[in-house]
Amino acid sequence: MRGKLLLRRLGWRLAAGAGVMWGAATFAFVTLHVTSGDIALVTVSANGSDPTEAVLQEVRRQYGLNLPLWRQYVDYLWKLLHGNLGQSYQQHIPVTSAIGMQLVPTLELAGAAAVAAVVLAVTVAVLTAKRRSWVRAITTGTELVLASMPTFVVGLLLLIVFGLELDVLPISGNQGWQSLVLPALTLALPISAVLAQVLQAQLEEVLEQPFILTARARGMREMSVRLRHALRHAAIQLVTMSGYVIGSLLGGAVIVESLFNRQGLGQIMLASTTDKDIPLVTGVILFAALAYVVVNILVDLAYTLIDPRVVTT
Amino acid sequence: MTAIEALETDGHVRLGATSALDPAPLAAGPDEPSLLAPPGATGVGTGPAKRRSRAWLANTPPTVLLASTYLLVLVVAAAVPGLLAPHNPLIISTEPPFIHPFHSWTYLLGTDQDGRDMLSRIIYGARPSLEMGLGATAMGVAGGTTLGVVAGLAGGFVESVIMRVIDVVLAIPALLLALVVIALMGTGTTDALCAVGVASVPAYARMIRAQTHVVRKTAYVEAATALGARRVAVIWRHVVPNAIKPVLVLATLGVGTAIGYGASLSFLGLGTQPPAAEWGSMLANGIQYINNDWVMVLIPGLAVTMTVLTVTVFGRDLRRRSEGRARI
Repeated sequence: MRGKLLLRRLGWRLAAGAGVMWGAATFAFVTLHVTSGDIALVTVSANGSDPTEAVLQEVRRQYGLNLPLWRQYVDYLWKLLHGNLGQSYQQHIPVTSAIGMQLVPTLELAGAAAVAAVVLAVTVAVLTAKRRSWVRAITTGTELVLASMPTFVVGLLLLIVFGLELDVLPISGNQGWQSLVLPALTLALPISAVLAQVLQAQLEEVLEQPFILTARARGMREMSVRLRHALRHAAIQLVTMSGYVIGSLLGGAVIVESLFNRQGLGQIMLASTTDKDIPLVTGVILFAALAYVVVNILVDLAYTLIDPRVVTT
Repeated sequence: MTAIEALETDGHVRLGATSALDPAPLAAGPDEPSLLAPPGATGVGTGPAKRRSRAWLANTPPTVLLASTYLLVLVVAAAVPGLLAPHNPLIISTEPPFIHPFHSWTYLLGTDQDGRDMLSRIIYGARPSLEMGLGATAMGVAGGTTLGVVAGLAGGFVESVIMRVIDVVLAIPALLLALVVIALMGTGTTDALCAVGVASVPAYARMIRAQTHVVRKTAYVEAATALGARRVAVIWRHVVPNAIKPVLVLATLGVGTAIGYGASLSFLGLGTQPPAAEWGSMLANGIQYINNDWVMVLIPGLAVTMTVLTVTVFGRDLRRRSEGRARI
């Protein structure tokens, strides 16, 4: 029974995810076509040549740009399904390989930042929820400042302190784990501040519940009560923040990679925005939407593990 | 941070696992501002003005007073920068460059590489920041209200289509969405403002739609309809104002977020262009000299952070009041 319900839930999530991806693809198609100017002209003249009308006609035929719009849309979706995101105007390579080349450094950065953010948030929240008022005042204040600080300011402060004054960590490049520390921390700190705020509020609510009193009455130690009983309930709230986290990671990557001069998707996004390289821009957007959908499905599965009640209702 | 995030932070709207499908993320819970009370009925009593202002002070934490003072200075700086700034922010002077802060009485915060007064540049930077914060938020609220009210009132197929489109757009990180708008429009102050505004539309639309659903079922709307008021009149006089009101309080927090985004875009070289005095682009300029002297980076960085922070503190207090909660 439970397995069946779980499967049905997963099926619905997959269908919804596919729907979002179809919408994102449509958005990408519309973006490509509202671009002012002739796509054929942009494609050919990116390398500085001045093509004749005959050449343009040939390019239009070659890329199917002379077909009616609905045919182009169907063709676009069809190619997308086969992993073809088109050709970058500026780099003259397929968008998929442009993204593929830069994928790993950004995944490293985002992964490290996500882990750091969750660990920091959970530690701070578990240690400080319902503690003495001055402890709470300090953490609340720090969280507020960190959550308000734009990512580039966080990064610059870390860069100044650890990179320049103390000179213990490299401030740019992609070499080794040392160069990952400051960028990952920059991404992680604002996220962890937001997560800690939410988790703390949730923990304080849960710690008021009767079952916590029962656990304490059984002689359970405070830390065990917090970690084994309260945290599990509070974590549900954390799980629903995954959309915010993935958005901050990918959006923040643009700023962090630029600031620390790291290679990655963020740099691609920034360069293609400045160059008006729309196929590459929409490619990164589609990738971001895909990441959001996949993470949401995974998180939904995690949700059913943390709180078995959600499957049956 | 986006408007969505700022609002989410405070536990009001939550995206993610459940919300991709869940059509009503912002149901009016017990801690929502009461929509049943007629507008204007929640004011303080009609006692003497003095007692009222004292009660207001007692209900205002010192941090909020500090934040309000800072915001007041900021608004003055944005309105009449010439009144506060001791120097012209743009003219390259023959004064020595790279004066450190607090080393000279004429240049209190020092000078940059061209001998321009840092303090004056910071003061002149208030206007683009506030314009960005207010303009982008206004755009987001206006767009969100249109979509949200139409979706909430039309219902059925129209509502499904609008909400599914919003689901799709919310799957794209706000900063990346802003970059798409810039890639299509170009770089500059206005383009960056539009980009941040457009990127915040979906979150506001979602909130307004949920509020529209709540408001249209209230007693006063039903009463107006029963009394035979025309549909258009009911929508304009009752539904729209009452659906927007609670969202406007949350939009205060969105102003801070938009300021942060605007500075980020200028920092990336996509917003306000140098030599204009704007905090994000001042920071980007300072980075070139960071190895010798990081103070030119620190000052605009602090200015942005202080501004976003004070707007957040102010916005949270406003929300607390609108919910009728006591100060903590």
